[in-house]
Amino acid sequence: MIRYLARRAAHGLLMLFGVSVLMFLLFQTAPGDFLSEIKVSTQISPETIATLRAQYGLDQPLPVRYWQWLKSSARGDFGYSFAYNTPASTLLLPRARNTLLLSIPALLISWLIAVPLGVLAAGWKSRWADRLFSGGTSTLLALPDVLIALLALLIALKTGIFPVGGMTSINAQDQNTWAYVRDLGWHMLLPVAAMVIGSLTMILRHVRASVSEVLESSYMRAAEGHGLPRFKLLFGYALPAAANPLISLFGLSVAMLLSVSLLIEVVMSWPGIGPLLLESILARDLFVVIGAVMLSTVFLIAGNLLGDVLLYAFDPRIRRQA
Amino acid sequence: MNRQSSLSRRDPPLRSGFFTRFRLSWAIWFLVGVHAVVVLAGFIAPYSFETQEREHPFAPPTRLHFVDCAGKFHFRPFVYVTKAAENALDQYQQDCSQPAGIEFFPKGDRYTILGTFSSTRHLFGVPAPTNLFLMGTDGFGRDQFSRLLYGGQVSLFAGFVAAAFSAFTGLLLGGIAGMYGGRVDDVAMRFAEIFITIPWFYLLIAVRAFLPLQISPVTAFLLVVSVIGIVGWSRPARLVRGVILSARERNFVLAARGFGASNAYLLRRHLMPLTFRVLLTQMAVLIPQFILAEVILSFLGLGIGEPFPSWGNMLAQAQQYHVLVSYWWMLLPGLAPVPVFLAYHSLAETLQERIKSNF
Repeated sequence: MIRYLARRAAHGLLMLFGVSVLMFLLFQTAPGDFLSEIKVSTQISPETIATLRAQYGLDQPLPVRYWQWLKSSARGDFGYSFAYNTPASTLLLPRARNTLLLSIPALLISWLIAVPLGVLAAGWKSRWADRLFSGGTSTLLALPDVLIALLALLIALKTGIFPVGGMTSINAQDQNTWAYVRDLGWHMLLPVAAMVIGSLTMILRHVRASVSEVLESSYMRAAEGHGLPRFKLLFGYALPAAANPLISLFGLSVAMLLSVSLLIEVVMSWPGIGPLLLESILARDLFVVIGAVMLSTVFLIAGNLLGDVLLYAFDPRIRRQA
Repeated sequence: MNRQSSLSRRDPPLRSGFFTRFRLSWAIWFLVGVHAVVVLAGFIAPYSFETQEREHPFAPPTRLHFVDCAGKFHFRPFVYVTKAAENALDQYQQDCSQPAGIEFFPKGDRYTILGTFSSTRHLFGVPAPTNLFLMGTDGFGRDQFSRLLYGGQVSLFAGFVAAAFSAFTGLLLGGIAGMYGGRVDDVAMRFAEIFITIPWFYLLIAVRAFLPLQISPVTAFLLVVSVIGIVGWSRPARLVRGVILSARERNFVLAARGFGASNAYLLRRHLMPLTFRVLLTQMAVLIPQFILAEVILSFLGLGIGEPFPSWGNMLAQAQQYHVLVSYWWMLLPGLAPVPVFLAYHSLAETLQERIKSNF
């Protein structure tokens, strides 16, 4: 187990290293940096800019800059935000927490809905059920995430019951813990719902497809012939047999949720990584951009690792290999 | 499992008969139709994408009448003059005294199709004091329907060109990786893996972040297309590599190699044609994704900018709360991709089934 996980984790670290190198190579091709944006201002002399550039280390060659960044990442700073004049991590980490606050519940809820529903849909075999299912999921799949986000915002605005954007009410800090949590949950409701709708369909389709494939196998037919109850057949026999490809999907669903989350955060003004990323692109605050991408990759790798652990726990074949 | 059959000119009949064939054909014809309409936007749209009717900001979709105020029926649909109310700019009233029938092939704004054919004749329109806003207008009084058609030019073709770009890069790199194997293969595939490891939306935005922000619309289009294309190369590359790895050892390839064919020749002449089906299917999967990518980039203000419309930057106006609440037709650009995506998804599904049933 430990060795298997260590190998997966090492692979993840290697990928993370690759991503950071890729980001720095892209950084190198960028036609301007934060300082070239303020160069437009006539009040700042070229000498000042040159000093600033030297101070930030932007005049160094790429490998040196990369080494500096690695050192600062080891300290936990992840580079420097030019726009806010602080280490990038002080901006990124609270935002990352907020993004996770949306993504983790959305991830759990989508899976908790998709698995039973998908299994039931696989068991319910008829031509019309088939058409209904594929018609429904294709339509949902074709709805752009932007539109879902805007519709969630529209619901908040029209009904007036839900808070319009933001993470907490203005006076939330003064309240006691319980009221604070309730307020937060109330603000989370719509964004999480939008994210679930945006990510549910793909999981649902995969669950149904892999369970139907198992149901067609001869041992399932034999079990059915022995008169096992339908429910036990589906959830006790078919689902575990179909679990392997689904668990592999787990990592992919994390990636998808992070992407959907970015949009939802921007539209519903949730203070997560999404709005920060957008803002730092417009300000050319490139270390923050790199940090945000690295963080999202870390989440994805963590999701994949979790998937590996689950796979190890569920699939005896993997255990034997490892 | 007769592998040779997949090479023959005549395709074997589709597995599940009529339904599959119907799905394939509606999707293809629908897509061809949509693209044709979008290319001919200048002719079909009653207005140009930048014509502003300043008197009609946020006008709701114009009503087409068959029965006039006096209760008389007309065969030719007609519209009434609408005027903004005195005190509220976006409240419109109909004036029953001035009806105008819809005309076919009237003269209007000058347009150019594909940079060659220029004309002022439009498919339909209404004479001057009346307006025909089939999907309402935006805050500048620009016709949403016309902008939707022009915006489709940007959004649909951005997706298409980016997917072609990705498929081409994937074919090249995947082909080389599969053909040469060993170290080359390792490097290329690890590189592809890095691209897959980053959540693709973050990658898309990050790549965009390292490119200039203030640019002309044409550059913006090319830029967006190449960003999307660069980000998406790895999946087709992996698929192509898989096909080539399995095809490399087949007898006709070995025979050609025995006759002294070089690697490059084998790749070009014998192996790459085999990847055609897989790539075509992959394109059908990628195009809707890439259309969405363009829509989202423009929505976030990182793609195509005003005054040129794209479905994304049109939808961006709906982010303002008062627009979202009061003018539902501003959400239509978000619905426009839905039928297109449905068609592409159905096309991809049918093609995938075809590949499965053939191999």
